[in-house]
Amino acid sequence: MSIDWTHFTPWSALAGGVLIGLAATLLVLCNGRILGISGIVGGLLRPGNDRGWRIAFLLGLFSAPFVYAALAPADRVAAPVIDAGWGTLALAGLLVGYGTRLGSGCTSGHGVCGLSRRSPRSLAATLAFIGAGVAVVFVVRHVPG
Amino acid sequence: MPARASEFLAGLIFGIGLLLSGMTDPAKVLGFLDIFGAWDPSLALVMGGAIGVGLIGFGLARRRTHALLGGPMHLPATRPVDGRLILGSLLFGAGWGLAGFCPGPALVNLAAGEPAALPFVAAMLAGMALHALLDRRG
Repeated sequence: MSIDWTHFTPWSALAGGVLIGLAATLLVLCNGRILGISGIVGGLLRPGNDRGWRIAFLLGLFSAPFVYAALAPADRVAAPVIDAGWGTLALAGLLVGYGTRLGSGCTSGHGVCGLSRRSPRSLAATLAFIGAGVAVVFVVRHVPG
Repeated sequence: MPARASEFLAGLIFGIGLLLSGMTDPAKVLGFLDIFGAWDPSLALVMGGAIGVGLIGFGLARRRTHALLGGPMHLPATRPVDGRLILGSLLFGAGWGLAGFCPGPALVNLAAGEPAALPFVAAMLAGMALHALLDRRG
């Protein structure tokens, strides 16, 4: 292992993390809801009538790139780098969609809210998804052939 | 403040946090997961910052019986770790490692008009719908 110092961005990472924590705090204290994206979206795909809060949250999320572009200095608004082809992206999306619903959460629900609640289930889930992610990146990048 | 405004604001702040932190850039996410290569530890600080604030927020939330803007607290019941949790999380992590997208950042990229987010989000919704379908039958 070696640290990639050229890409390490500690301050923006920490500041962004604090905003994510504030958003989760706002939603749970004011609305009594867990900020878990897979749960919020997944709840719209099954019958039920608690849709209003999910839609309000997602409208805010969809507004974020536009507000961010207006507020942030131009050199901080970089296009993401995506190497994967459409077939890989579709397979990855299917795994992420099915997996997060089977495992009752994703990075936000388990990794942020669950760990903040000190939930043993969320700790187990977070270790499992980071472990699987590390394993897949290892195979893709470092196993020859 | 009406509840809908607070929900909207939470989504907005969350999305800005994802963009500022670098979570919306798959190359950055894959750099974090590549601990056996040139490792970019940034995302550990994203989680650290979020959980640092979250420990306070959820500590306060646990003592409440009602949300500040009315309505009950919808906090998950305590359940044991089970096979579904682990298998689901492993599948999710495998998909995350393939593309570098998790659900929130993928939706932000879709809203920003990033073409690669389209097949990912379409397949993600299909995967979620498949689970809802199988779950209802089972």
